[in-house]
Amino acid sequence: MSSRRKNITDAIRHAPVKGIDKSATCIGGFDEITGGGIPRGRVTLLVGGPGAGKTVFALETLVNGAVKHREPAIFVAFEENSRQIIANAATFGWDLEELERERLFFLDARLSPTVVQSGAFDLSGMLAQISDKAKEMQATRVVFDGIDVLLTLLGDQNAERREMYRIYDWLQSEGLTGIITAKAAESDRPSTERYAFMQFMVDCVVLFHHRLLDRVSIRTVRVMKYRGSSFAESEFPLIISKDGIHVSTFGPKSLDVDASTTRVSSGIARLDTMLSGGYFAGSAVLISGAPGTAKTTLSAACAGMACARGERAVVLSFDEGAAQYVRNLKSVGIDLQPHVDSGALVIHSVRTESQGAEEHLLSIKNMLDEHKPQVLVIDPISALGKTGGPIAASHASVRAIDLAKSRGITTIVTSLVADDNQATEATSAQISTIADTWIHLAYLVKGGERNRTLTIVKSRGMKHSSQVRELILSDHGVSLADVYSAGGEVLVGTARYEHEQAKHEEERAREEETQRHRTRLRLAEAELAARITGLQRELDAHRAELQRADSEESERKTRRAEGHRAVLQRRTADADAS
Amino acid sequence: MNAAHSSTGKAVARLSLRLYVVSGAPNSATARANLFDILSEIPDDSYSVEVIDCITDPRRALADGVIVTPTLVKVAPEPQRTVVGTLADRHSVLDALGFTPALPMARGADE
Repeated sequence: MSSRRKNITDAIRHAPVKGIDKSATCIGGFDEITGGGIPRGRVTLLVGGPGAGKTVFALETLVNGAVKHREPAIFVAFEENSRQIIANAATFGWDLEELERERLFFLDARLSPTVVQSGAFDLSGMLAQISDKAKEMQATRVVFDGIDVLLTLLGDQNAERREMYRIYDWLQSEGLTGIITAKAAESDRPSTERYAFMQFMVDCVVLFHHRLLDRVSIRTVRVMKYRGSSFAESEFPLIISKDGIHVSTFGPKSLDVDASTTRVSSGIARLDTMLSGGYFAGSAVLISGAPGTAKTTLSAACAGMACARGERAVVLSFDEGAAQYVRNLKSVGIDLQPHVDSGALVIHSVRTESQGAEEHLLSIKNMLDEHKPQVLVIDPISALGKTGGPIAASHASVRAIDLAKSRGITTIVTSLVADDNQATEATSAQISTIADTWIHLAYLVKGGERNRTLTIVKSRGMKHSSQVRELILSDHGVSLADVYSAGGEVLVGTARYEHEQAKHEEERAREEETQRHRTRLRLAEAELAARITGLQRELDAHRAELQRADSEESERKTRRAEGHRAVLQRRTADADAS
Repeated sequence: MNAAHSSTGKAVARLSLRLYVVSGAPNSATARANLFDILSEIPDDSYSVEVIDCITDPRRALADGVIVTPTLVKVAPEPQRTVVGTLADRHSVLDALGFTPALPMARGADE
């Protein structure tokens, strides 16, 4: 998958900038896969079944050209009344009536049902009229929508073909950028269609496909041919949303997303410690687990914390109403209501089956655009996987995460794992490769209890605890507790509590014993000190005694010497006879 | 107006036609020939035909809502009718112009 994705991204990136001149459609994603739009001054054929989006695509191209590039255009409607088209366009927010005054011209080319046909006819008169009109308004783009409706009346394949060539030649000679729509019942095999020859004739062929997958409507678009230009050849999902067509390319083109070293709190202090500080800002976090393992609680904790910090968050909750979501989380001490009221938190609840994966993706994109959150929670991301088949869905999941990552949004996604075998869930396995942090929640059944455990499976670029922790939900919030392993068994719940109590007792006894021991030692120390003082005194006395003895001795010697000298003087002995 | 009576003797408004063509286009040339062939069977002063060339007068054709060429429009009498194509099928053209079954030549003698 990743190599395929790379190929496509490469194809997009390497689509030539120069070469043939292109006319931007400004349709989200389409200019990207074609490297700039449809060929300017040439003819593009849009082939597709009913409701595949050809007309909307053609119309949007004209509207965008008229609005954004000030390129006047003509829309020739063979199938629908132009008033109907204008009314339909209003639902996309395009004000065609305004544009119609100067830059957009609608030609109603629907033959009235009361018209009698007698013999062959051709389009040379109409083309003469359009030439004149195009010169008058300096139009550069022309759409022929549903021309088969008219040409079928000719009842002659050769005549139909001749008229198609007439239009093609006319567009070429006038130098107009032409778009022709053609029907195909089964656009997988367009070559079997009656206008197959046109695919050889024109310069660019775009196939539109509309089908049901798991009872969900899926639209795709594929560029089949583009003369003189490289293009992304894959089939891309196409979404018709409230503001027009979007072609989903594979998210951001590169993985060059700034790697932040800023940490974001998970909302649970102990978990932050386990992650040595929290999640990386702008990273993707996957929380997997069986039903009821508190995935929602854990993901909401982060969103709640972000809002408490004054940031903004978006929660996409599948199949759980916003009110219910808030109420349930309040029961475990996470109060989101103030954040909802202040507008910092947007909780968007959707039914999984209400739309295809692509539509879900688009609504995520719109929410990110509108709300500009720092934290996004998708709960569960496996819901994206329920619509539109496994392939479309896993792409959608990966792209949703990519999308958020590219904007530096910390994304928390939850994934339901049916059993405890983590590898069984394909979606989760795929997401786990692009998730930066993966936390797995499980149940541990022991001693008649079912307790929740938390493990950090991986966390890129940070030290993290490898220990299993017990996840405890209470009225005051979520906390994590150490898990004890005793005698080779992991203790949780009551067993852990008992073990903790026993350990506490033990600890207290040990502390008391230490205390006693210290007291004893202190007494001994004091006693020794007292003895040292006594001895010191004795020593001092001894020293004083000794000193006294010494001085008495020297005094005595002096006195004796003085006595001797006195005797000598008295005897008047010879000088210095001694 | 003396000629503007059908074989039933009922007075009708003068027939007014417009033919939109592209000069030089084969279909248009055929239609023109076919129309005048059909009209040759009714008196000259009972109808009028205006031929409009879309090449020289595209705005007129656009304003009149002409989609394909050749196009024949019966402007009067009411109701307005439009026939497209080379007018090869004489019967359907006459029908659209409001002649059947009034004109004997369209259906032979009244039975």
